[in-house]
Amino acid sequence: MPVAFFAVFFAYPVAAIVARGLKADGTWHLGRIGEVLAQSDVRHVLWFTTWQAFVSTALTLIVALPGAYVFARFHFPGKQVLRAVVTVPFVLPTVVVGTAFLALVGRGGLLDELWGVRLDTTVWAILLAHVFFNYAVVVRTVGGLWAQLDPRQEEAARMLGASPLRAWRQVTLPALAPAVAAAALMVFLFTFTSFGVVQILGGPTFSTLEVEIYRQTSEIFDLSTAAVLTLIQFVAVGAILALHAWTVRRRETALRLVDASVTARRPRGAGQRALLGGVLVTVAVLLVLPLAVLVQRSLGAPGFGYYRALTSEDGGFFLVPPIEAIGNSLSYAVAATIIAVVIGSLAAVALTRRDAGRFVRGFDALLMLPLGVSAVTVGFGFLISLDEPPLDLRSSWILVPLAQALVGVPFVVRTMLPVLRAVDVRLREAASVLGASPWRVWREVDLPIVRRALLIAAGFAFAVSLGEFGATVFIARPDRPTLPVAVARLLGRPGDLNYGQAMALSTILMMVCAVALLVLERLRTDRTGEF
Amino acid sequence: MGNNIKRLAAAAVALGVSGTLAACGSSDGGQGSGDSKTVTLVSHDSWAASKDVMAAFEKQSGYKVRVLKDGDAGQAVNKAILTKDNPQGDVLFGVDNTLLSRALDNGLFQSYEAKGSDRIKAEYRVDQDKHRVTPVDTGDICVNYDKKYFADHELEPPKSFDDLVKPQYKNLLVTENASASSPGLGFLLGTAAKYGDSGWEGYWTKLKANGVKVVDGWEQAYNEEFSGSAGGKKAKGDRPLVVSYASSPPAEVVFADPRPGTAPTGVAEGTCFRQVEYAGLLSNAKNTKGGKALLDFLVGKRFQEDMPMNMFVYPVREGVQVPPEFVKYGPQAKDPETMDPAKIADHRDQWVKSWTSLVLK
Repeated sequence: MPVAFFAVFFAYPVAAIVARGLKADGTWHLGRIGEVLAQSDVRHVLWFTTWQAFVSTALTLIVALPGAYVFARFHFPGKQVLRAVVTVPFVLPTVVVGTAFLALVGRGGLLDELWGVRLDTTVWAILLAHVFFNYAVVVRTVGGLWAQLDPRQEEAARMLGASPLRAWRQVTLPALAPAVAAAALMVFLFTFTSFGVVQILGGPTFSTLEVEIYRQTSEIFDLSTAAVLTLIQFVAVGAILALHAWTVRRRETALRLVDASVTARRPRGAGQRALLGGVLVTVAVLLVLPLAVLVQRSLGAPGFGYYRALTSEDGGFFLVPPIEAIGNSLSYAVAATIIAVVIGSLAAVALTRRDAGRFVRGFDALLMLPLGVSAVTVGFGFLISLDEPPLDLRSSWILVPLAQALVGVPFVVRTMLPVLRAVDVRLREAASVLGASPWRVWREVDLPIVRRALLIAAGFAFAVSLGEFGATVFIARPDRPTLPVAVARLLGRPGDLNYGQAMALSTILMMVCAVALLVLERLRTDRTGEF
Repeated sequence: MGNNIKRLAAAAVALGVSGTLAACGSSDGGQGSGDSKTVTLVSHDSWAASKDVMAAFEKQSGYKVRVLKDGDAGQAVNKAILTKDNPQGDVLFGVDNTLLSRALDNGLFQSYEAKGSDRIKAEYRVDQDKHRVTPVDTGDICVNYDKKYFADHELEPPKSFDDLVKPQYKNLLVTENASASSPGLGFLLGTAAKYGDSGWEGYWTKLKANGVKVVDGWEQAYNEEFSGSAGGKKAKGDRPLVVSYASSPPAEVVFADPRPGTAPTGVAEGTCFRQVEYAGLLSNAKNTKGGKALLDFLVGKRFQEDMPMNMFVYPVREGVQVPPEFVKYGPQAKDPETMDPAKIADHRDQWVKSWTSLVLK
């Protein structure tokens, strides 16, 4: 069933739109690939996409690795809340993040007023925003493993006379390396396919592959160039994912881990306290400040004026009061979560079966593909492929949750997989030997173990669905906008009141995400996968 | 993609997914478009009309109007082309002269001569033998200037394309990306009309040397970079010249509270390019009768009079009263640059490409 789901709602629409671009009069024009690649501006885009992804990834690692250490090894008050806070950016829609950064580093932004520094339309704004987005990926992936490494190994090395640096380099680093590599590859994937951030902060001069696909499809209407670019991105993303799957598998097999709760302690000594302080300041400046600017701007009118304006219907531009977007978003996200959890856990179960062969393991990487394929491709693909009964879903509400579920499924799979793999097969075998039906085995052996992971997976899928923008904006019905779509529409209109309302809606969206993530923190288990 | 694959996919879904989805609630899909009492208008995000005017049409014709706003003008047209075998609506409004050929070449519209098209001013009529599209509104894309800036600096505001490359206007103009924004493209076409196929690149080289700034969209140019608009003043915009519309100055007056006695901005008359927006009955429309009635209504007197204050455009019908604010603060340009849609079709993509590498790279 997961295979069918992906075939119909992902592979088929994407293939349809690529075919529309590369097939004319019944024959394929693969020569276009060479022609497009020969264009110097296409090569320019490829080059920019790659180097900015490299630099963003390096910067994110430099900034976030100390954070991973602090979250893994130290106890400090407010740790749970802070872990939720650093994850908020990751699930926020890029339009909101782009706007927050403009408010911070653009003209008349905070930096401009204090020191006259402006970073908009420079590559720095893009890089900073990428670090902002992906901080949580590193902290959660690397930090999760770091917390479970036995600190006694490093202590033993110290005892045997190794310097702190050497002990770290020779004991901890090798154990950590696969997790760092996995996190780096994820960050690379997200920044390689970056869309909203580059479009809003980059101006007309900077363009990633994903932005170029959008421009070619939506503005220039050169479907064949768009199709070639989509294929290039497909290959690149496939390679990244294959590498990622390989590092993840190495990580899952090679280490002996301890309970995370015993490895963390209060910071001791000036050095450790300085490190904790440094990380907290970084988080405050880099992550909390942009979010705070949003909140501050949303309060710009007296008496919550912008929030009150959200409830009124304004002429013909919005067909409904913007406030209704909250209800739409919540109901779409619930439907998307149900779909994602059902599909994702079925896929995860299939992947953990012992007779799973190479084909199935390949499917593991395949499930991540929707994260790396242009949302505009999927959106247009939906439009031209799902238009005939019984699949005439274009005007159906279900289309939006389906598109959102596509990005939710990978998170569900990644969360469930490690937990399911950890279930001892002998428990199941014992239960069936004792006469339990397969259903009962699942209910009484598997379910109690995976229940928490399931809830966490659902929570993540929910938060991600809530923030999904790229595909939703294409298929959401005008009278049923979601929160991110409403924010984008408000931002696209002139005038003070519209801007203020966009900020107010963004703040509401942020709060909803933060609450969902805080609930997740309460549910966190020790082995919760990478996210 | 053949139909076989489509059917195969459909079967796969019917087997696999529908069971789960059925549990998620009742589907309200298929609402509207197939129903002969509803007529669906596909348009861009700027569509707006007064409620009572639309209600009057619904009452008089017996059709309920469903409006589907689909991104900006370019996106709306592109989406309509992609879905033309099975369109999302009956009538498309909002294809302009810069995109018209793309729509016609792709067979987007079927012929229908709207009642009352004989009252449309001759200069706006196109496709006279087949009547696949009906002109609905027009507007001019022109450079706007910030009156206060030029008064403060005791400088004459520019009047023509030629003026814009003069040294006294260095670093003053902001325009939009021609590949992404319709005023940006209009301005580029204006220069191409003025200086010809071979001359426009030289003009832009000079304009670039004179410090023209290019941003992605109109919102950013007008509301953030331009120093004369209400939004730009708040954002501390520092460019007193912007590529916008001839109707932008009246908008600055109408949307201000309290209304000022004169517009804070003006229009450089010699920098205008004329834009015309058309509507047409989509090929394979499900409700052709309703679509035809809607087209008749769009060129009718009532809608044409209502339109200017809603979408800030000028009517195309003869003898329609223009609101007094338009006459006072934003008269139509007397002698705008124009270009034949067929010529635009032949050159648009190549010009935009050359422009991009000339100005942006």
